[in-house]
Amino acid sequence: MGRLEINNYKAIVIGGSAGSFPVVTDILANLPKGLNIPIILCLHRLKHIRHGFIEALNLKSKYPVQEPEDKERIHPGKIYLAPSNYHLYVELGYTFALSTDDMVNYSRPSIDLTFETASYVYKDKLIGIILSGANSDGAEGIKRIKERGGLTIVQDPKEASITAMPDAALKKTEIDLVLSTKEIINFLNR
Amino acid sequence: MSEEIDIKSIRNIVAAVKDTYNFDFGNYAITSFKRRIERVLSVFNCKNVDELIEKIKEDKIFFESFLKEITVNTTEMFRDPSFWRKLREDVLPLIATHQNIRIWHAACSSGEEVYSMAILLKEMDLLDRTQIIATDINQDVISIAKKGIYAIRNMELNQSNYERFAGKGMLSDYFSENDGFACMDRSLIANVNFRTHDLVLGSSFSKFDLILCRNVLIYFNMTLQDRVVELFSNSLFKNSFLAVGSKETIAWCKSIDKFSTFSIEEKIYQKIKE
Repeated sequence: MGRLEINNYKAIVIGGSAGSFPVVTDILANLPKGLNIPIILCLHRLKHIRHGFIEALNLKSKYPVQEPEDKERIHPGKIYLAPSNYHLYVELGYTFALSTDDMVNYSRPSIDLTFETASYVYKDKLIGIILSGANSDGAEGIKRIKERGGLTIVQDPKEASITAMPDAALKKTEIDLVLSTKEIINFLNR
Repeated sequence: MSEEIDIKSIRNIVAAVKDTYNFDFGNYAITSFKRRIERVLSVFNCKNVDELIEKIKEDKIFFESFLKEITVNTTEMFRDPSFWRKLREDVLPLIATHQNIRIWHAACSSGEEVYSMAILLKEMDLLDRTQIIATDINQDVISIAKKGIYAIRNMELNQSNYERFAGKGMLSDYFSENDGFACMDRSLIANVNFRTHDLVLGSSFSKFDLILCRNVLIYFNMTLQDRVVELFSNSLFKNSFLAVGSKETIAWCKSIDKFSTFSIEEKIYQKIKE
């Protein structure tokens, strides 16, 4: 008991790339009432398009989605999206920090970096979720979450529209739960 | 991903650098700095932190390379094209009423934004009466900026930024191609003075109409952000401008009462009080 209770965790990080947008939208539209932890989204996106994405996510999301500014405090019940062309770090003291450091796996934002820094801060109180995507970003990051005792979830490759990212995560680490979108939503609402 | 190091080791490195060279990284944002240290360990094949500290203390040339690796030098020409459009349409026309224009690129890295600015000023016919000071903590990147020679593979992104900025011509009008490198037109930097300067030391050396310091504050903690923004405030004429990165804010800095927000979208602030 306990380990599978969302109340046991202090934050959720979600990583996704190609094919993850409808899944993320679905999850955000069906979040539980009274969500009292932050959700941090790191999704690969076109670097030169700063607008539109957040508006699209906000259309259906139950809670407001925002792009954090550097050094912004992380609040429970809010949803944060890594800004385009920056890496998003979780900083000691529960603030965000941004970086324009080199791309990792051809990605900025890099899911690995967001997951890794979040797990450093939240330790075993973190849930990491990897969704559909066409590369292996996130595999290293979710491994760190697992090593630090967090809960790891991967979208079922049978359902994911592009399986490279879930597959890479599953190959790298013994993932706790392999779930469909519906099951992820059920889990978060338990 | 490289080996994880602890906060205590980072403090030891910071102390060694401070004692030996008087550079103070104590107020750099910790997560980013830690990651850079981890990278440095692997780039220079150091077995552990102690070995790195030894090398730093004993070898000044090694320290210069360390300095280059420890600071983030990723930059683009015309990064955030809408920012550069804003400068062209709303900021520079105000500054252009002055007889001479003074611009400071603080932490200019390898100079891409300096060339972007020079191109913008040239297209506005303002370059001849503009004095630009471009500074960085690191001599190596200053040398790159001075040379203005960049890998041609990077120019594709720069060109597409320039197109979104809607410049007057083609970016290739401003460089010549040579053996896989783009050599920037030397006349662009005729009025640019490159020099080393450490923002951490906080010394103001002149006054400016516009200071650009984009995506630099993100590597500093709040204590240092406060100090640096105060330095900028002291280095600006009244009614002149400070531009930071699109996801940076000075809203939480102590000197914020000296500024008003000129463009929230492009993070351009105007100094309104001495």
